[in-house]
Amino acid sequence: METLTTVLGLTVVGAPVVLFAVLGIASLLRKPLPEDATSRLVAISICIGLLAAIAVLGLLLGQGLDHRTIGVGDWVHLQQPHYHFSFKLRFDALSLPFVFLAFLLCGTIGAFGTRYLHRDPGYNRFFVLYAMFVVGMVLSALAGTIETLFTGWELVGLSSALLVAFFHERPMPVQNGLRVWAVYRVSDAAFLTAALVLHHLRSEGDFDALLGTGAWPGGQAALTQKQALIVGLLLLVAAMGKSALVPFSGWLPRAMEGPTPSSAIFYGALSVHLGAYLLLRVGPIIALSPWLAAAVVAVGLLTAVFAALATRAQTDIKSALSFASLTQVGIIVAEIGLGFRWIALAHLLGHACLRTLQFLRAPTLLHDYRAMENAIGSRLPRLSGSWGGYFPEALRIWSYRFFVERGYLDSCLTEYVTRPFTTLFRWCDAMERRWTNVLSGGESRESDQLSPSAGSLEDLG
Amino acid sequence: MSELHLPWLELALFLLLGGALGVGRMRERVDARKWSVVISALALLCTLGAWGDFVLSRGTESSDPYSLITPVLGQHFMVIDDLNAPLLPLGAFLYFLTFCATLRTKIRRFSFAWSLAAEAIMLATLCCKEPWGLIALLAAGTVQPYLELRARRRPTGVFAWHMLLFVTLLVVGWGMVQMEGNHGVHTWMAMVPLMLAIFIRCGIAPFHCWTTDLFEHATFGTALLYLAPMTGAYAAVRLVLPNAPEWILRTIGVMSLITAIYAAGMALIQREARRFFCYLFLSHAALVLVGMDTIANLSPSGEPPLGLTGALCVWLSVGLALAGFGLTIRALEARHGRMSLANFHGLYEHTPSLAVCFMLTGLASVGFPGTFGFLGMELLVDGAVEEYAYVGVAVVAVAALNGIAVLRAYFLLFTGTRHVASVPLMVGWRERFTVLTLAALILGGGLYPQPGVASRHHAAREIVEQRQKRFPITPVAPSNLAAEPEAWLTAP
Repeated sequence: METLTTVLGLTVVGAPVVLFAVLGIASLLRKPLPEDATSRLVAISICIGLLAAIAVLGLLLGQGLDHRTIGVGDWVHLQQPHYHFSFKLRFDALSLPFVFLAFLLCGTIGAFGTRYLHRDPGYNRFFVLYAMFVVGMVLSALAGTIETLFTGWELVGLSSALLVAFFHERPMPVQNGLRVWAVYRVSDAAFLTAALVLHHLRSEGDFDALLGTGAWPGGQAALTQKQALIVGLLLLVAAMGKSALVPFSGWLPRAMEGPTPSSAIFYGALSVHLGAYLLLRVGPIIALSPWLAAAVVAVGLLTAVFAALATRAQTDIKSALSFASLTQVGIIVAEIGLGFRWIALAHLLGHACLRTLQFLRAPTLLHDYRAMENAIGSRLPRLSGSWGGYFPEALRIWSYRFFVERGYLDSCLTEYVTRPFTTLFRWCDAMERRWTNVLSGGESRESDQLSPSAGSLEDLG
Repeated sequence: MSELHLPWLELALFLLLGGALGVGRMRERVDARKWSVVISALALLCTLGAWGDFVLSRGTESSDPYSLITPVLGQHFMVIDDLNAPLLPLGAFLYFLTFCATLRTKIRRFSFAWSLAAEAIMLATLCCKEPWGLIALLAAGTVQPYLELRARRRPTGVFAWHMLLFVTLLVVGWGMVQMEGNHGVHTWMAMVPLMLAIFIRCGIAPFHCWTTDLFEHATFGTALLYLAPMTGAYAAVRLVLPNAPEWILRTIGVMSLITAIYAAGMALIQREARRFFCYLFLSHAALVLVGMDTIANLSPSGEPPLGLTGALCVWLSVGLALAGFGLTIRALEARHGRMSLANFHGLYEHTPSLAVCFMLTGLASVGFPGTFGFLGMELLVDGAVEEYAYVGVAVVAVAALNGIAVLRAYFLLFTGTRHVASVPLMVGWRERFTVLTLAALILGGGLYPQPGVASRHHAAREIVEQRQKRFPITPVAPSNLAAEPEAWLTAP
């Protein structure tokens, strides 16, 4: 029975890995699969993964186990000093529902995407990135070590950024993709630092050792209060970046530049919840430190309030939905901080399904409205603010401008982080130019004078 | 010292030198390229043979049998050991790929004969453990780029002054080391010149301006091949690490860390692809030296620090990944001329293979999971955290900045607009071979990293043993050692 569970457990991860490998290698060899084959392969691998996950759940229930960890082996093992980097998969009450959600929603999006992107030049590219995303998501969900979780986390980040820039012949999606990536890198840096500190403290990254062997949501983290605070704050920053919590919320509406299937899957359903999932996973660490728990609640509530107000000022449906999604994510995070982990998990699952539906219907919103108006025989009633009139007009106008500009979070980032950074390094660059000019006895930067296409193959043509 | 079964090292050396002479006489540039590819492939096979033979011999170091050089110099001049065994094929592989991926538009500018000679010098440098021989070879290595700058009538001042200072400092420093003898700790008069020489050759700020200048004025291939094998880091291992007192190593570590951050920041604001690549490379090369600094505080058990193992892994991964990254930019330059990073180019539709290679090699260099560079970076950061928490955080920040820089460059070069080409720009079979080979190595090394990491761990152990000859430590049984986290983490 144990062997069967191991085989099935590996199949859960193996199915999307095979999908990614087949699509990726075919693309690398410049022999992309036809659309039919791609869509069939997507459907098969998602179904296999989902069925294997259901079977693992059945086996665990049959054996009366509340969790099971499957070791894939040590990727690296060194003696003296002892170091190992292991991949482990953990099937428990948190990971299994999340992996079901991932497969169900990815399967839905896959089926939707095959029609939505039919004959699109980027069809194959979309599904390669989609497969990378599924691998990342499943690995993150089932991670039994912090290193495994980091691997999945990074794959989700890269695929998300590239899918935001999916329509890459236009500059705006690309700029937005880069902005998303920049925020993700900050989040990744915090995550990696937390992982290393944990590794340093416990000499291993296994969740069993770090968070206790008890079934989720129980478990006792093997850290002191201060250690929990430091590690927890780093993990909170990581979650804030990934889930677009305040002050990292600016990238979320930008991410809507991607095709609708990716918007739905990444920002409505799965990706935006990954930060919350991380906080759920490290719940025992949060429980150790009241200050950390308070910080989690504060970030969650602040995000919820900000996003609830921002969503009312948005002028396009995808942005409005993304902020509505963020409102719920903020509440979920607050629930985690308050220790209501089961409620948070149920909230997360329900919200992800609802929001996927809304995102997928977003392109046909006008059509849906017309259908409803035809059905009722009149215009849909317009909702008006019931208590907006209690506030002075100046405040209302200011609030509207503040929230339509999404709290000026992006502008602040540009003004107070990006601009000083580029100014400083451009100054250094100018100093270097002066120095090399002195040593060269003249202008030293050939690249300043060359035409971008000088001597190119196209000139020869 | 054991002997290899065949004289692989000298075979590679003489093959390359003979090849350089032969190719130099060829008038037809296409033939020159063809023969250069063949000769460099044979040299690569020799280095792989040497590596395999060394592994089978199970010794700590081996030399060639039937050597022609040893009787002349009176000592084993070319030696293979745990450190250089994979570096030799890596260096030879970079030259082979560069020759392979040189397009017709570039073959007039790129000197194959001189490059073969430079490859011979590079391999000899990486094989040499004898200090004066190493210094002579490092000096000889500076000649080819200088001659190319002269031949192209480009300004040589920046390169020449830096290299002159580099060689002078090496000679002065090692001369002082010899004068002071083998007993006791060397004085600053011996070690500071050596340290400064390493700073110059490795492009540590503020001695790095020659690197960007070389990329500005030399051919991309020459500049890439001069930097990518990281002979400066090799000199640091052979000349500095075994002899330097702790404060020298700390200085190297701090300066390298500053350079890694500075170069990562500079890479982000560059407006031209070559300069961007150069800073990206400098940032990563500096990380290698940061990891080497961890040897300063050896544990009482004398185990090699993880940071050192990580640094040696990063050396390999960065050498491979960034050389591939550079070759991708070179392939783009062969089609479009110098690439500006001030605007979008939208080349994805024309050269998707190059786009994938660019992304893959770039991500491998920053230690993306699943690639060759991941474990090296992980070990490096882990080792750095064990030493000083701030070093670990800084290294993570460098990786984050470099990751942003890579994707920014990718977007600028391959996306953002629709490029209309007047001629087909697709990659040829040579470039495709290069892309696929690099992809296989980067992903293969990422998915099965144990042999590579174990080999680097052996090399780290060898370096530690070398250092212990001068700075012995009292051994303590490993079982008595408890891994104590730092005070700031353990306080209640």
